[in-house]
Amino acid sequence: MIKNKNKSSKPVIQIKEMHKWFGNFHVLKNISLGVNQGERIVICGPSGSGKSTLIRCINRLEVHQKGDIIVNNVELTGDLKNLEAIRSDVGMVFQSFNLFPHLTVLENCTLAPIWVKKLPKKEAEELAMELLTRVKIPEQALKYPGQLSGGQQQRVAIARSLCMQPKIMLFDEPTSALDPEMIKEVLDTMIELAQTGMTMLVVTHEMGFAKKVADSVIFMDEGEIIEQNDPKNFFNNPKNDRTKLFLSQILNH
Amino acid sequence: MSEKIYKPGSYPDLPPPPGTVGVYGWIRQNLFSSVSNSLLTIISIVLLYYLIDGIIGWFFLDAVFDAESKIACRKIDDGACWAVITRRVGQFVYGFYPEAERWRIDITFITMFLAFAPLLYPDIPKRKWLLYFSVFYPFFAFVLIMGGYFGLQKIEYSLFGGFMLTVILGVCGIVCSLPLGILLALGRQSNLTVVRTLSVCFIEFMRGVPLITLLFVASSMLNYFLPPGTNFSILVRVIIMFTFFSAAYIAEVIRGGIQAIPKGQYEAADALGMNYWQKTRFITLPQALKISIPGIVNTFIGLYKDTTLVVVIGLLDPLGIGRAALADTKWNGLSTETYLFVALFFFVSCFAMSRYSLWLENKLNTDKK
Repeated sequence: MIKNKNKSSKPVIQIKEMHKWFGNFHVLKNISLGVNQGERIVICGPSGSGKSTLIRCINRLEVHQKGDIIVNNVELTGDLKNLEAIRSDVGMVFQSFNLFPHLTVLENCTLAPIWVKKLPKKEAEELAMELLTRVKIPEQALKYPGQLSGGQQQRVAIARSLCMQPKIMLFDEPTSALDPEMIKEVLDTMIELAQTGMTMLVVTHEMGFAKKVADSVIFMDEGEIIEQNDPKNFFNNPKNDRTKLFLSQILNH
Repeated sequence: MSEKIYKPGSYPDLPPPPGTVGVYGWIRQNLFSSVSNSLLTIISIVLLYYLIDGIIGWFFLDAVFDAESKIACRKIDDGACWAVITRRVGQFVYGFYPEAERWRIDITFITMFLAFAPLLYPDIPKRKWLLYFSVFYPFFAFVLIMGGYFGLQKIEYSLFGGFMLTVILGVCGIVCSLPLGILLALGRQSNLTVVRTLSVCFIEFMRGVPLITLLFVASSMLNYFLPPGTNFSILVRVIIMFTFFSAAYIAEVIRGGIQAIPKGQYEAADALGMNYWQKTRFITLPQALKISIPGIVNTFIGLYKDTTLVVVIGLLDPLGIGRAALADTKWNGLSTETYLFVALFFFVSCFAMSRYSLWLENKLNTDKK
C-alpha cells in the first residue's frame, strides 16, 4: 500500500443528506460523505447501485434534488457562475474516454485551458506536452484519438483533465472499457497521479488498485452507502452481509 | 512442390498468389471469372462500342456548329445542330445584360473563385489575406453587377437571365441558407421555449409548403408583409425565399448530425467547464456539420436546380432562354440540343459540388489509420 503523506483534514467535498431521483426512481438515498484534501477514495458496488451517479453529482453532470453538495466551499446550485468555477476545479475521466474525435490529442488537451482558463496558446501547449509526457505519450500529440489504442486514449483523457489543473479528479470506471493488457498502463498512470497528492474519487472494480492506493473504500448498493472503511479492514473483515457477498463475488473468480 | 517448414514463430510474410492482385488480378476476378462472365463482358464491349460510336457521331462528327438556321444545319449534316447554342450563347450566359457591360459579369464570376477559395480550402497559402477579400466580395459583386456607383451604368434586374441568373440565385441562396440553417437547427434544440417554438414553426412551415407557392408569394404578396416604403426588387425577394426554403431543410439535416453526436461528448465538454457557445463552436458544430455534409450538399444541389422554377414568375433562367430560342422560327424544333446544353451546364455545376463534398468528407475523416 502506498502511504498517503498528502492527506490533510481540510475538507474539499462535503455531501450532506443528498437525495436524487430519476423520475420516480430513488437512485441516491441520503448520501453523506466528506472528502479531505489529498484523500483517495474508491467507490465500488454492483451495477445500478448509484456509484457513477454519485460522482457525476459532484460536478453536476447529474442534478440532485435534495440535500447539499459543497465543493471547495462553493455550494452546487443552479447558478451557472458557481457551476463553471466548480467544473474547472474538478476533472473527470469517463469509462468511454469521450475524447473529441475531430481534434488532435494536443488540441484535445489545450481546448479548455485556452478557452475556459484563457491561457495563451503557447503556454497551454507547453502544459499539455508536459502532462502528455507524464502519462507517457508525448509522441502521439499530433495524432487523432481514433488512431490510438484504448489505453492510450484513456491516458490522453487523464492528461486532458489534468490540463485544467484541477484540485479534485473523478474517475468513472476508467478501466472498464479496456482490454486486460491495457488496464495496467491506465492504473499505473492513476497510481502516479495519486502519489502527487491529488484528491481522487474513483469508481472501479479494480480491487488491487483500491488496496494499493485508497485511503478509504466505500461500498454502495441500491443507492445507499452501505459501508465505508480503510482498505485493510474493508477487505479483511467487512461488517455488512451485502459487502461480504459482493466481495466474495468479485474476489473469488 | 512441398511447403517449406518453418520453426514456430518464424513464419515469414509471403506475397499473395499470382493473378489475385493488381490490374491483371482485377480484370481476371471481375470480367473473366467464368465462361458466362467472359461472354457477357465481350457482348457488353461490343454494345458499348456501337452506342458510343452513335453518340460521338451525333454529338460531334456529324454535328453542325454554326449555321444560319435549323434548315441550313440540316443541309450541311444530319447530326446535332449546335448552331442554336453558338448563335445565342451570349443570351444563355448573360440573359439580356447589355453586351457592352458583360465584362462586369465575367470579372465577378472569376473573382468569385478567389473569394470562395479560402473558405473551401482551409490549407490554401495566404489564406488570411484571401479571407479579407471574401468578406469584401459580396459588396464588390453587388456593385459590379448592379452598377449605379463609381460611374458604372445601372443595370435593371429585368435584364438578368441565363446561367448568370442561376449562379446568382444559387450562390446567394447557398451562402445565406447555411448559416440560417445552422441557427435554426440550434434553435430547435434550444432550452429556451420561445426560441425553440419559433424555430420549429419556421422549419415546419417552410418545409410544408411547395417552393413554387413561396415564389408566387415572393412575386406578388411579399410587399404586403414588409413595412410600407420598402420595395425590394423581385430578385432579392426570390433569393430570400430560396434561402428560407433550403435553410429549413438544412436545419433538419444538421439536427440529425447534432443528434448523432454521443452524449459523452457534451459531458466531457461540461466536465471541462465549457459554456454553451464554446461547446457549440468547438464540439457540437464541427462534428455535426461533418456528419451532415452529404445531406447539406444534397440540399444545395436541390436548391441549385430548383432555381429553374423562377421561370414561373417571369425570370429568364437558362430554361426560359432556351424556350425563347425554340420559339424563334429559325430554330423551331431543336429542343434536344437546347435542353441537353442546359442539362450539361447544371450537371457540371452539381457534379463539382458533389466531388467537393466527397473530398471534404475524406479530408475531415480523422478515424482512418
